[in-house]
Amino acid sequence: MVEVQETELKVIVFQLKDEEYAIPVQQVRSIEKVQHITRVPRTPKFVKGVINLRGVVTPIIDLRERFGIEAQPFNEQTRIIIVALGEVEVGLIVDAANDVLDIPTKSVEPPPEVIEAVEVDYITGVAKVGKRLLILLNLEKVLDTEKVV
Amino acid sequence: MNQYLEIFIDESKEHLQTINEQLLELEKNPNDLSIVNEIFRSAHTLKGMSATMGFEDLANLTHQMENVLDGIRNHKIQVIPELLDVVFAAVDDLEAMVNSIAEGGDGKRDVREVVQQLKQIEQGELPTTQTKQETAPAASVLTQTYGEFEYNILQESKEQGFNAYEIRVKLRADCLLKAARVFMVFEVLNEAGEVIKSNPSVELLEEEQFDQEFLVTLVTKEPGEQLQQRISKVSEVEEVVVAPIDMEQLKIAQEQAEQAAVLQEEVAATIVAEKEEQKEESKEKEATHKNATTNKTIRVNIERLDILMNLFEELVIDRGRLEQISRELNHPELHETVERMSRISSDLQNIILNMRMVPVETVFNRFPRMVRQLARDLGKKINLEIIGAETELDRTVIDEIGDPLVHLLRNAIDHGIEMPEVRRAKGKPEEGTVKLKAYHSGNHVFIEIEDDGAGINREKVLQKAINKGIISKQNAANLTDKQVYELIFASGFSTADKISDISGRGVGLDVVKSTIESLGGSVTIDSEEGIGSTFSIQLPLTLSIISVMLVEIQNEKYAIPLSSIIETAIIRKEDILHAHHQKVIDFRGKVVPLLFLKDVFEIPSVKEEEDFFSIVIVRKGEKMAGLVVDSFIGQQEVVLKSLGNYLTSVFAISGATILGDGQVALIVDCNALIK
Repeated sequence: MVEVQETELKVIVFQLKDEEYAIPVQQVRSIEKVQHITRVPRTPKFVKGVINLRGVVTPIIDLRERFGIEAQPFNEQTRIIIVALGEVEVGLIVDAANDVLDIPTKSVEPPPEVIEAVEVDYITGVAKVGKRLLILLNLEKVLDTEKVV
Repeated sequence: MNQYLEIFIDESKEHLQTINEQLLELEKNPNDLSIVNEIFRSAHTLKGMSATMGFEDLANLTHQMENVLDGIRNHKIQVIPELLDVVFAAVDDLEAMVNSIAEGGDGKRDVREVVQQLKQIEQGELPTTQTKQETAPAASVLTQTYGEFEYNILQESKEQGFNAYEIRVKLRADCLLKAARVFMVFEVLNEAGEVIKSNPSVELLEEEQFDQEFLVTLVTKEPGEQLQQRISKVSEVEEVVVAPIDMEQLKIAQEQAEQAAVLQEEVAATIVAEKEEQKEESKEKEATHKNATTNKTIRVNIERLDILMNLFEELVIDRGRLEQISRELNHPELHETVERMSRISSDLQNIILNMRMVPVETVFNRFPRMVRQLARDLGKKINLEIIGAETELDRTVIDEIGDPLVHLLRNAIDHGIEMPEVRRAKGKPEEGTVKLKAYHSGNHVFIEIEDDGAGINREKVLQKAINKGIISKQNAANLTDKQVYELIFASGFSTADKISDISGRGVGLDVVKSTIESLGGSVTIDSEEGIGSTFSIQLPLTLSIISVMLVEIQNEKYAIPLSSIIETAIIRKEDILHAHHQKVIDFRGKVVPLLFLKDVFEIPSVKEEEDFFSIVIVRKGEKMAGLVVDSFIGQQEVVLKSLGNYLTSVFAISGATILGDGQVALIVDCNALIK
């Protein structure tokens, strides 16, 4: 039992365009529906603004724009995944939040040379679960504040 | 264990603070024994606590300090500044140890040097002529045993001319309300003097956990017979026996016990000593417990208050919604309920905000030590007066204000107050006075640092500023005195002829200014040459709630802090003038540049331009600017929130707030807009 726990990774799976991405569940605080976003001037284009998340002002990033995928109007499926990395708490706009999965760590492979649209930098690996291909995101790179503001 | 550790650390810090304060008092009044006793009590409690918690170094050092204090108390050691230096050093070590414990360390520290010095003081002045009196008059029978602490009190009160009695009170066998009688007896006793010890303990007595009689030790100035008569007057008291305590006899018993303990303590805090301390400790606990009932306070983590505040804000937002719904439904009962709720929640808001208020004392209380040290280092004589330490400020402001104040104080002492001989030559008292004053006024708190030193020399400041290229010669002549004083806040400015360790290297005062401004405050200087200077800091009461003017630009709402607004105006398009590619207006005879927030904040256009502009005139220091907006929504108190750690430096936005409808509005940073 202990062994199983150690070799499995619990992830939140979400959709961006045609691909499925995954973030370790420990980094996810909550998943929210889209609400009013207040634009923050003079910030990079992928920073959509800030929302009121139960009294805490939380910045929101549009992952599509962050990865250079063409924008799409929000719909019923659109979700904001609130992630936390150290002191930084940020919401990521995704097309849909699909699943919570346990993936065996041995099924995770290093990122292939070319992945459509998304820079390889942002990826820690790729996991094959059945027929699905999950792209594991490197949140540190995605949230790299050096490049923001 | 952890929770005890927390209490231990908090209480240790409090005791150290008391010791610090009282030591300073002692320096002023070296012959006041009540001060020594105060210090002794704190030191003793500290020793007991640390021994109980197993911090031996801490206990050891405190013990040595106690010995010295004891010497002072018994007139064996003279209070001189050199001695206090050592004691202060010991307190510093103690502080360092407590801090190390607070940070998760083991509280160990090499204190041999200080211990050695303390021992020298203790022995160097010890008279050797002390002879023991072996005569033991058997006038009274001692039935109670006393701990070191109680013994000390007994001895001390004897010296001060009090009598000590052991009183045995026996209640009647058919007494029904024993606790009530005990209470009445104690009332009589407390009126007459101070109860040192009771057997069984007061708590047990109150719970009627005793047979028929109890023993009390009392120090008083009243004669024994009178006491006996008074206690006998309490109904249902069968017998009262008042026996005087013979100090000589007690002393012998005590000394024997003590000698044994001291010997062992010398090696380390041994189990015997520890047990004694534990007894002490539990007694102290009892005492604090009793205090707690009269002054009910609890310690709350500031984080919890923040959470409470956040939850409350949620509530406020929902309240806004409810109010709107009730207006729409127009149902009288709903209306009434919602109104009631609104009232209650605004009371609640006041209470929550008040809970975050902390007296400035928490910052001020470390200054006397610092000033003393500085004065000794510089060879100056300085008297620090603190006024209004009870003034309350928001916790967040308190945390930030410490360093700037340290800087200003150092500045006043180093640059302001002159050397004693200079002062004498000028006909001033040798001792310089620095006043630290805090007070409320309106929605602000003022903190003033006033010294009676040399004041600011206008010419010297101007010369320096010109040399350093801060201002040009032409400008210099036109400046008012105030403007000249402001120059010392410019970065890269330092008036001291020689750079000293005390007030930094000219990087100081500009940092002070920017820190205070970042808190939403301001600092001004008043000075008269030869008479002294006053630095006055104005701070907002709280950082978390500010008054803003809400404005609308296109479809977006922004909040402008009222503290930077001079006034609002509506102007016609034709009134806008052009000067150097800059749009300006003539505002009450002054040319004020216009800033179109729509352009500054790159706000997408959705509305057509109108013939009239709404303008908010804001200022930064002497400079002004007109912010062009679409419309004014109104004035409002809002809760200031940070944008988080991800968006750290957004241009001209100082934070955000949540409006009644739950949306976020950004707060405009006017200081960044005006260059």
